[in-house]
Amino acid sequence: MQKCSFCKELTQDVNGNSMKTITNHIETKEIWELLQSVFDPEIPVLSVVDLGVVRDIVVQDNAVEVIITPTYSGCPAMDMISMNIKMELLSHGYRNVKITQMLSPAWTTDWMSENGKRKLKEYGIAPPIGKSFEKKYLEQLKVECPHCGSTNTKLISEFGSTSCKALFQCDDCREPFDYFKCH
Amino acid sequence: MNPLFDYTLHLADSSLIMGHRLSEWTGHGPTIELDIALSNIALDLIGQSRNFYQYAAALKQNETEDTLAYLRDAREFKNLLIAETSNGDWAKTITKLFLFSTYQYYLYQQLIVSEDKQLSAISEKSLKEVTYHIRWSSDWVIRLGDGTEESNLRMKKAIENTWPLTGEMFEPAAYENLLLGNRIGVDVSNLKNDWLKKIQSVFDEATLPVPGNNIWMQRGGKEGIHSEGLGYLLAEMQFLQRAYPGCEW
Repeated sequence: MQKCSFCKELTQDVNGNSMKTITNHIETKEIWELLQSVFDPEIPVLSVVDLGVVRDIVVQDNAVEVIITPTYSGCPAMDMISMNIKMELLSHGYRNVKITQMLSPAWTTDWMSENGKRKLKEYGIAPPIGKSFEKKYLEQLKVECPHCGSTNTKLISEFGSTSCKALFQCDDCREPFDYFKCH
Repeated sequence: MNPLFDYTLHLADSSLIMGHRLSEWTGHGPTIELDIALSNIALDLIGQSRNFYQYAAALKQNETEDTLAYLRDAREFKNLLIAETSNGDWAKTITKLFLFSTYQYYLYQQLIVSEDKQLSAISEKSLKEVTYHIRWSSDWVIRLGDGTEESNLRMKKAIENTWPLTGEMFEPAAYENLLLGNRIGVDVSNLKNDWLKKIQSVFDEATLPVPGNNIWMQRGGKEGIHSEGLGYLLAEMQFLQRAYPGCEW
């Protein structure tokens, strides 16, 4: 039995025959790959896939439905993200693209990819620490400075330049930096 | 009368008006961090209200989230009075935000189990944000209450001013009662004990007194009876749509 290298779903049945949904499957995979190049306008190193806002992709006949979930209720980037996803697909020949917003289950930083966390750090934003259900307070966190790697850092402000971030400062290299809050 | 529509509007209006009022601090906060904090909280609340307005608009023909927010007059708004009260000084803003966020916390916690899938989904989303608002505002209640003589005095005055606006939170409006039978809404009268317990624990730490049971309560917001202040707030918030009908970003 063969499995898709991307989503691990079966692409062949037990007898080695391609499953009926194979065309559909390939198309869905292509769309996931295209969305890797649609970035968060506020954090331009993170794709919407890294961020975990794309929840599902449904291809039916000639229509594509991309199901997304907002990070924070009031995040102003969501409208732009939704438009950019549409533009990306339209520019690759997809017609009839629909973006649907889904609120439940609520977005969590647990859905951020490891690759996304690495890219955040390289960009100068400390990635979220731990899992959202642990509910650790910001003051109790040992946040690693993305510039010098020291954990001798302190919380400056629980709110930062966007809804998803808090402001920290490193006591060793003295640089202030953003921390992507665990949510 | 459509109780689900009215109820959804009530939830939307309280978040929008509270959010809009708090946004008046944007550019005027005592320090940049606090300016950003209140702006972020306002943004969360306005975002929550959009989710409710979009749902309300879907329940009724010829309405959109924009017509509901920008083209209704004060008498049609069903927000809680505590949402529209003026920001006052820093102590009053902190106090009303703490009292309101704590109410929202217990409300959403109950609304998550609503039989209405959309109200449940919006509540699940909002609860995560509100938890952060309570934490931030209660830190400030403690800092000011247990701070200097002046800050303690201001907090006492703020509590005296805002407490009479909390009564209606726990008194169901007609549309709320109509939704209880089919397990869509929340019985708000049941939220009061938890709410009071939380307020008491934070006020205790802040060395602030919790007002007694004999305080006279102002009511009417949920049914559209508002203070003069809401008219001025709407005049500013709705100006663009009134002056340039149908204008879009």
